[in-house]
Amino acid sequence: MGKTILNFKGMSCPMPIIKLSIATRKGAPGDVFEAVCDDPAFEPDITAWCNETGNTLNGITKSGKDITATITRK
Amino acid sequence: MEQNELAKTVRELENRLAKLEKNSSQLTMVLFSGDFDKVFAAFIIATGALAMGKKVSLFVTFWGLDAIKKPAFKTSGRQFLEKMVLWMRPKGPDKLGTSKMNFGGIGPRLFRFMMGQKNVESLPSLIGMAQEMGIKIIACQMSMDVMGVKKEDLLDGIEVGGVATFLSDSFSSNTTLFV
Repeated sequence: MGKTILNFKGMSCPMPIIKLSIATRKGAPGDVFEAVCDDPAFEPDITAWCNETGNTLNGITKSGKDITATITRK
Repeated sequence: MEQNELAKTVRELENRLAKLEKNSSQLTMVLFSGDFDKVFAAFIIATGALAMGKKVSLFVTFWGLDAIKKPAFKTSGRQFLEKMVLWMRPKGPDKLGTSKMNFGGIGPRLFRFMMGQKNVESLPSLIGMAQEMGIKIIACQMSMDVMGVKKEDLLDGIEVGGVATFLSDSFSSNTTLFV
């Protein structure tokens, strides 16, 4: 169970959730992913994505423009 | 006796629930427009749904066919009018005009430039990604016939079907969009 860091900075909708979905599909249940993105839509999108896909959103932290989300794979 | 009936009802409800849950995992879309901006919106929604683990079925008809054509193909062996229509319509996602501010083809170039500056994915790349993630694209046989479009003129991996194919997918989806 590793922790994967994903850098989505500079990407815009819908790329962050596409890249995230590809990354999580490669992983195993229980794997932790940390995704950072500077697109303001990332926060509502990642929340909706986790809700819909059943993955767990552990938390969101913000510093400046950067939004960091931690997810545990279903 | 009463318990038996109860068990039967529970089983029935479970089956109905399973069917509903299956339906909520598919999105069906009609792509009627061949305008760059509308096609773009359609593929953003499609790739988004695929990323959310949904199945996506895209039924492409009329002007939408322009968006899934190969960038180049030969029109030999077709009727004169078919050749004319094919010659006048854009070939592929990179040649589409916009629904507003097209300005004879300058508009799309401007938008592509502005989208590139903002790091927005290009339309051909979005279509490629949707295909990689397993989108089902069905081209409308009837509009292909009318405009003289052949299956070989379309991007690889595209199926051909009719209205019943679309409706059947739509009936087993809980979301259907027309673009």
